[in-house]
Amino acid sequence: MTETILVRAVTLVDGTSTDILVRDSRIAELGRAIFASADRLIDGAGLIALPGLVDLHTHLREPGFEQSETIFSGSRAAAIGGFTAVHAMANTSPVADTAGVVEQVMSLGDRHGYVTVRPIGAVTRGLEGQQLSEIGAMANSRAQVRVFSDDGKCVSDALLMRRALEYVKTFGGVIAQHAQEPRLTEGAQMNEGSLSGELGLAGWPAVAEEAIIARDVLLAQHVGARLHVCHLSTAGSVEVVRWAKARGIDVTAEVTPHHLLLTEQLAVGYDSRYKVNPPLRRDEDVRAVREGLADGTIDIIATDHAPHPVEAKDCEWEAAAFGMVGLESALSVVQASVVDTGLLDWADIARVFSKTPAAIGQLAGYAQGIAVGAPASFTLYDPSVSRVFEATQLRGKGVNSPYLSTTLPGRIMATFHRGYATVLDGELVDAETVAAAARAHDQAGVGRG
Amino acid sequence: MPARTVLQQADITRALTRISHEILESNRGPENLVVMGIPTRGVILAARIGAMLAEISGTVVPSGSLDVTMYRDDLGRNPTRVPSPTEVPPGGIDGKTVVLVDDVLYSGRTIRSALDALGAIGRPSIVRLATLVDRGHRELPIRPDFVGKNLPSATNERINVHLLEIDGDEFVTIEESEGGE
Amino acid sequence: MRHLLSTRDLSRDETITILDVAEDMADVAEREVRKVPALRGKTVVNLFFEDSTRTRISFEAAAKRLSADVINFSAKGSSVSKGESLKDTAQTLAAIGADAVVIRHGASGAPHVLANSGWIDAAIVNAGDGTHEHPTQALLDAFTIRRRLHGADSRGHDLDGVSVTIVGDILHSRVARSNAWLLTTLGASVTFVAPATLLPIGVENWPVEVRYDLDIALAAKPDVVMMLRIQGERMHAAFFPSAREYSRIWGLDDERLAVLAADSIVMHPGPMNRGLEISAAAADSPRSTVREQVANGVSIRMAVLYLTLSGEGGKQ
Repeated sequence: MTETILVRAVTLVDGTSTDILVRDSRIAELGRAIFASADRLIDGAGLIALPGLVDLHTHLREPGFEQSETIFSGSRAAAIGGFTAVHAMANTSPVADTAGVVEQVMSLGDRHGYVTVRPIGAVTRGLEGQQLSEIGAMANSRAQVRVFSDDGKCVSDALLMRRALEYVKTFGGVIAQHAQEPRLTEGAQMNEGSLSGELGLAGWPAVAEEAIIARDVLLAQHVGARLHVCHLSTAGSVEVVRWAKARGIDVTAEVTPHHLLLTEQLAVGYDSRYKVNPPLRRDEDVRAVREGLADGTIDIIATDHAPHPVEAKDCEWEAAAFGMVGLESALSVVQASVVDTGLLDWADIARVFSKTPAAIGQLAGYAQGIAVGAPASFTLYDPSVSRVFEATQLRGKGVNSPYLSTTLPGRIMATFHRGYATVLDGELVDAETVAAAARAHDQAGVGRG
Repeated sequence: MPARTVLQQADITRALTRISHEILESNRGPENLVVMGIPTRGVILAARIGAMLAEISGTVVPSGSLDVTMYRDDLGRNPTRVPSPTEVPPGGIDGKTVVLVDDVLYSGRTIRSALDALGAIGRPSIVRLATLVDRGHRELPIRPDFVGKNLPSATNERINVHLLEIDGDEFVTIEESEGGE
Repeated sequence: MRHLLSTRDLSRDETITILDVAEDMADVAEREVRKVPALRGKTVVNLFFEDSTRTRISFEAAAKRLSADVINFSAKGSSVSKGESLKDTAQTLAAIGADAVVIRHGASGAPHVLANSGWIDAAIVNAGDGTHEHPTQALLDAFTIRRRLHGADSRGHDLDGVSVTIVGDILHSRVARSNAWLLTTLGASVTFVAPATLLPIGVENWPVEVRYDLDIALAAKPDVVMMLRIQGERMHAAFFPSAREYSRIWGLDDERLAVLAADSIVMHPGPMNRGLEISAAAADSPRSTVREQVANGVSIRMAVLYLTLSGEGGKQ
């Protein structure tokens, strides 16, 4: 038996006010002053209802790096951030390059129940860039993998990339490329420019990203395949993707919240919380990726949530690991960078952070957004509050957030995943309740056939 | 309480002249004398005494400066002090009678530092101490040989020495200071 | 002064104070007793993650002349990739009661991390970090230039109007970086000369002039020519084709030495590759300050240790 939930007087992304009635895991009714009995009544006054956020780029670290994150802890971090689905990157140990690993990742996610966990398969065996992994087996597995990526590493060999694009096309999937020319970025520590020279840190030049994207869009065009560009970070990359789209090339691109807000200036002081790959770039790059997101050149926002244990960051910059956690802060950072600045409205956010990433990942249930009959996966967000972001607001294992002690707008007040609550009153629903609701959902689903 | 003038310029000159005579008397002449001032105002006083000694005796008496900063025992208790140069006169201090000159003698700790500093640049045969003002309150067994003026003071009072070369005017005042020294 | 991490943080007045105190410290070296008790009871740790005997003994001599206790901690072998080692080492030194840590580290910014981490409450002195800075080297270079120009009368002087040409591997040189900030702060004009491969991207935004051609730079008769050590392994990373070509185009050979003004100064931070970036004649000429630089290094490091460790700011 699943819960009936009635949300009163919430604002939809188009600005209209409505009640939302959730019954049998779906949105049963929308409209003002719905008359119905409900197990749970939620006051939506002042809150925006957004379709459940979908992250196309999450590092959940399990299996293999459970000291950094687990599927359970990462799922909770996602739920408190308003997500109902995440795509788990393949750089685990063992690497997600076989049907066995991707099925394990998916089923762990299903069991915990906070979000849908969609595994991403490795493009090459062991992420070694030598030979293709068992893409077909992963695509045809229970996990039905559709996104393939060596993220963390670039598929730099041009021939291998061509073959990967072609082979994945066979299974209706997409390659998500981490664009980083390896030779140009040997030992790279931060964006290459005046500042890297002054700080004496080896530079990660924009051209190392742009050259790979340029090559890959041409390869995608040549073989007629889809390409997805991960965490695009430079003004030049925006230009290349804009050019490719104008030519009709089937390319999509993502940008991270941190590349929408932060700049390389944060490297001054050598605080390794700001060390990330691709690196934080210049002011003009931040402006360009914001504009690219606003004009549709960049299709989606994805977090690149990259948790690390404390000791991986509590050290010299050059010794520190790349990456930041981002699930918990994502929507707030997006609000600060592109909503409050007037570049995107909430309908745009629903598109770039839910509908389109689901479409790229071929994840069903997100095409309509919040609509009668759609699965009840949505989040209630209060954009009017502002809060000093602290480690106590993180729910994953990693505390390597660049936003600690900074003031961010907005807060997720509730999240519903397939009709049951994962977050209520701004706090996670406990694990047992969520897991039980997930089981009930699955049984009801089986019963309905 | 406003500052009270205890020595005018003429008083200072008179005091230094008397000290110079006393130095010559005790040394039985100008031979082997070296006058070393402790920065900042002690250096000016030492130069003046040196000149007076030369004038009185008709013999050049070398004078120099002796920085004691790096020999102090209170470096860690105060803001960082920037040292001043030490200028040892040609001929050095070995075997000489060195007259140390300071403007105000108080706890005696500066003079203790000066004796250490002196030891690092040579070995005088005799060290004497001259001071323009002795205000008392000694914390170490140190006693001046030549005193311009004995000025009994309370610990919460401050003695200000102004000299023409540094301050543009010349006098010694005493005043009450906030919270003592 | 709480720490010395970078010459960029130093104002003109602070810099002149350090140089002036170094003059006093140089006087100490000429006394009968070459030691002052200023830092008696203080503990200075030389924490060297990279081998540098010259820099270490210079700091050691400086600390000992100030009567500090010196502990040499050679962390060689602790790989930079083991990030936790810096933290663990710092906490060990804190437990030992180090008042100052002189750190040489292969990772740029490691001294900043140490100073800001909260792992240890000691004065941190950067003795060279990665390809970032080497502030005491720049201070001793400025001190050496000032002494050559003003002799015994150096106190209080800046370097207004002095032209300094720095030649060589600017890209990887912490000496070049520290000097660029410090010398320009003191009013000198700085010119970098190097092949484009050995200049950092964005160098046009630095307060220096940049040239590729050494002969044109020398024709301007700079007051100071500073030759940087060129590392042989750069050749293998395609920064230049061969040592011979580098030496021919960017080396200070005898012919180029002859072009210099009679009162110009030739400097080198050492150790030198004679015959590569500098000819033997240039290294040994009266214009060369190489040996003075070594002696002045001790005075500068005494001044830095004195200013960071004495006074109530030295340790809470």
